[in-house]
Amino acid sequence: MLRSFTAGLAAFAFAAVATSGAQAQTVKIAILGPMAFVQGENHWAGAEMARDEINKAGGINVGGKRMQVELIRADTNEIQSVPDATNAIERVITRDKADFLIGGFRSEAVLAMQEVAMDYKKIFLGAGAAHSKLGANVEANYDRYKYWFRVTPVKDVDLVRTLFAVLGTIGHQIRTELKTDTPKVAILAEKAVWTEALVGAAQKNLPALKMEVVGTWQPSATATDVTAELSAIDRAGAHIVFTMLSGPVGISVGRQMGERNMKAVAWGINVEGQKDEFWQAAAGKAQFVSTLDTYAEVEMTPKTIPFVRAFKDRFKKAPTYNAATYDAIMILKAAIEQAGTTNADKLVPVLEKIEHVGSGSVLTWDKRHDLVWAVGKTAGIAVQWQDGKKVPFWPPDVKGMQPFKMPAR
Amino acid sequence: MVNGGVYALLAIGFSLIFGVARIVNIAHTAFYMLAAYCFYTLLVKTGLGFFLSGLIAVGGVTAFSVICYRLVIEPVREHEAAVLIATIALALIFQELMLFTFGGHFLGIPSTLEGAVRFLGVSIPYQRLLILVVAAVMLAAVWFVLYRTRLGLAIRATANDLEVANLMGMNVHRVAMATVAISVSLAAVAGVVVAPVYVVDPFMWLAPLVTMLAIVVLGGLGSLKGSLIGALIIGYVEAITVFAVPAGAYLKGAVALLIMVIVLLVRPEGLFGVAFEEER
Repeated sequence: MLRSFTAGLAAFAFAAVATSGAQAQTVKIAILGPMAFVQGENHWAGAEMARDEINKAGGINVGGKRMQVELIRADTNEIQSVPDATNAIERVITRDKADFLIGGFRSEAVLAMQEVAMDYKKIFLGAGAAHSKLGANVEANYDRYKYWFRVTPVKDVDLVRTLFAVLGTIGHQIRTELKTDTPKVAILAEKAVWTEALVGAAQKNLPALKMEVVGTWQPSATATDVTAELSAIDRAGAHIVFTMLSGPVGISVGRQMGERNMKAVAWGINVEGQKDEFWQAAAGKAQFVSTLDTYAEVEMTPKTIPFVRAFKDRFKKAPTYNAATYDAIMILKAAIEQAGTTNADKLVPVLEKIEHVGSGSVLTWDKRHDLVWAVGKTAGIAVQWQDGKKVPFWPPDVKGMQPFKMPAR
Repeated sequence: MVNGGVYALLAIGFSLIFGVARIVNIAHTAFYMLAAYCFYTLLVKTGLGFFLSGLIAVGGVTAFSVICYRLVIEPVREHEAAVLIATIALALIFQELMLFTFGGHFLGIPSTLEGAVRFLGVSIPYQRLLILVVAAVMLAAVWFVLYRTRLGLAIRATANDLEVANLMGMNVHRVAMATVAISVSLAAVAGVVVAPVYVVDPFMWLAPLVTMLAIVVLGGLGSLKGSLIGALIIGYVEAITVFAVPAGAYLKGAVALLIMVIVLLVRPEGLFGVAFEEER
């Protein structure tokens, strides 16, 4: 009896040592996203590509020791529930013993997840949320929030800068083609935390761009019918529908604008419009809908075209901006190899100084750990749906861009 | 007007089953969502035509609702709170099943009819006019069944007084089951006709549920006429909210709920309902 108990104890101890030994050979990275949704799918897909590439090349060199990347898939369900997101991040930290955290999509959820990550002093690389407060927290209380870095997208205020830059180009084209001095703009923004700063900035700055704001419409992010809004916009004679949409309402806008044969052109953020499935979801009606985007087969960086092609080959669809989890892991690898450790406090100063040529942008951070905005580097690209294809048209000086088109009048 | 038609299909079905069997079927709009998914699968994935896909979707979901009624609702029918909880659970199960099967993707269905007509300066797609026509036909069919058939007579008798109908030899359980089938078939038709206009997703049942509850309270619980008029009123109120307060367009659901609360406080029986004190 005693012998078998001793043997059992020894076996358990051996197993425990073996397990801890195995754990020590990997860098555990939790990928946090709404996995049942396209955002989470892209989070995971981008991370898988990075993991496979790094592990195939021998892993991450941590102070002379090669360690493989181990991904932990964490479904935050954040589109439906913020508490689910905080539970997920707590679980990967405490139960799965994640070394690093990457992902997030919905600003409300990421703000809550940021608190949990900072409580545990874990490096959290954001790959989806735009709200400024995420970076403002770092500036306001550096010691607590220094572990947060935003990899994609740029913060909301910088998104506005990109939107205005493209809007200026479209406005110029409208002035030329329609012979009007003051293009009319209708702001159509879903009611959500991330659009607050954008709407305010648009209302304030569009007149300075010599554009007339004919009104601001704010449907629910989950609205599936925007006929009343589009009727009002049509009556207001808008030339441009300036969109800020992340939910299914983006599909409704594209489809219903087409069904109504509206002459206005939609430009802005339309997260659904970034997906390959958008054209089908909008029943082929979303002609000329345009949106800010991250990836296309254009030479934003030397890595962009190879990454997009590899992604399409593997997953049979183009990446969305959440697939920048790929860059997040590559940045972590670079920082870990430079610092020679996975210690979060030692990695933060290294990350702060890194300049990384990523799959869709060239990344550097400011004192808020937000991306430094620059056209051609982090500002992203603009794409337009033309006859079922997503055509990139901005920045115009990047190789591979095509003309922006407007509905016939 | 078009939205009012869709709301009327949903609200009349909901009101019908409440009026006859006192079943508050929270899963009512979840059946609408199931029908939209069935229609999508049959039309887009298997390539059946519009008519056949719609027919199978409506028939399949209606048959499924009868099974759900027999297995889940009927055993607890005497306890109104239990029915409420059971139907909430059913709706959430349907939602999660669709999320599991189709993911959180927003699916689109091609239009049955292409093109649009301009009326008083407003462009109205033919697909939306089709919704209005289908809604009108379905409402006429319901009126015919209720007022021109023996089944309709039994349904009205049961709605009027369940005990007396039972004593008169009517099989009230069968009447309730038939009412569930009629009620859900209206929701399924609504799901099929709106699918080519809206977006099909696992959460599409939630917003119409709130609106539908507001409509049946406004029109009067159990009143079909009230549901029809309530649906048109709420449809107009939503549109007016968007026109009057563009930046508050997201409030249109809240406005409908506000109307519901006001009606409950001021006139609990709604526009055409029976006062609670006088029920049965």
